[in-house]
Amino acid sequence: MAELTLPAGSRPKPGKTFKAPVGAKRVKTFKIYRWDPDTGGNPTIDSYEIDLDQCGPMVLDAIIKIKNEVDSTLAFRRSCREGVCGSCSMNIDGTNTLACTKFISEIKGDVKIYPLPHMSVIKDLVPDLTQIFAQYQSIEPWLKNENLPPERERLQTPAERAKLDGLWECILCFSCSTACPSYWWNGDRYLGPAVLLQAYRFIADSRDEATGERLDQLEDPFRLYRCHTIMNCTKTCPKGLNPAKAIAEIKKLMVERR
Amino acid sequence: MAEASKSLRSPIARVRGLGSAKEGVSHWWAQRLTALALIPLGLWFVASVVCLAGADHAAIAQWLSSPFTLGALALTIITAFYHAVLGLQVVIEDYVHGHAAKLTLIILIQFAAFGFATAAIIALLVAAFAG
Repeated sequence: MAELTLPAGSRPKPGKTFKAPVGAKRVKTFKIYRWDPDTGGNPTIDSYEIDLDQCGPMVLDAIIKIKNEVDSTLAFRRSCREGVCGSCSMNIDGTNTLACTKFISEIKGDVKIYPLPHMSVIKDLVPDLTQIFAQYQSIEPWLKNENLPPERERLQTPAERAKLDGLWECILCFSCSTACPSYWWNGDRYLGPAVLLQAYRFIADSRDEATGERLDQLEDPFRLYRCHTIMNCTKTCPKGLNPAKAIAEIKKLMVERR
Repeated sequence: MAEASKSLRSPIARVRGLGSAKEGVSHWWAQRLTALALIPLGLWFVASVVCLAGADHAAIAQWLSSPFTLGALALTIITAFYHAVLGLQVVIEDYVHGHAAKLTLIILIQFAAFGFATAAIIALLVAAFAG
């Protein structure tokens, strides 16, 4: 059965508190999920009091400040710090989003930061993405052509190119897939919104010659049809994309080709 | 995903698994069509029951003697049970993860739905022609 509560060994306990420096005027508390595979045991929620006058505006600025100045043991992924690499996706204030594009000022009260939900945790805010990247690999995310490449670009009409808008912008942060209960319960077989949006990105591409094969691979009660259109994916997407619509378009094509 | 630690298969082999079932679209389409059909059928059924509230046996027998009533009632029963089976199967697939338990429950629900639908239609015919 689907597990609705965390197993006893995974329940977070209160952890350490790191006080703000004396004289700090604008103090914000960051409550961050910590788990270290080397020490094991239950995860803890550590509290870090940060002086916002000495910190950049984004949540990522705060956790980088924590790592640099307060507690170097904190583990998280980050790279571009401007919402194009998808590394720093995490659960902030109850919503999956990118730490680098989330303003601290948007959050009322303490800033609660957890790893992406329902993924195995490698350490602290770093989830294990092995499975989800294997799922991405399984949809064969590249253009397939049987003919020899032309001497120049493969051409598209402006209308054909426009069909990729809202799809190509996905940065594979997996905020959507890890916000989806169907992915939580059946992530071993359901591909999840991020991977299905990527699948549709190639199905919708006029230059791709394998549309039918791609649909064949997706026609499955679990791979595709675990989506029940609850739209958590669209609601949480930090890039403002609509994976639920991409999935609906795949379902429409499934009916159309019957 | 707990399975990952129990096997040395590569992640892509696990994801590909036994391959695509190449079905699911019929189930999905049938669920939507039965839902669509149940809108007029359900409204008609509720309206009929409301109109017949407090009616005596003779009035209901009179209502049941119409071929339209009988046909619409039979359609409502078949569509409702078909829709219920499709929907419950989705719920079981979502939440029950053991293969044996999942298959057993789906089969039980299908048998039960066929049984109840048959019983309902026989009851309808008995009420219409022998009542």
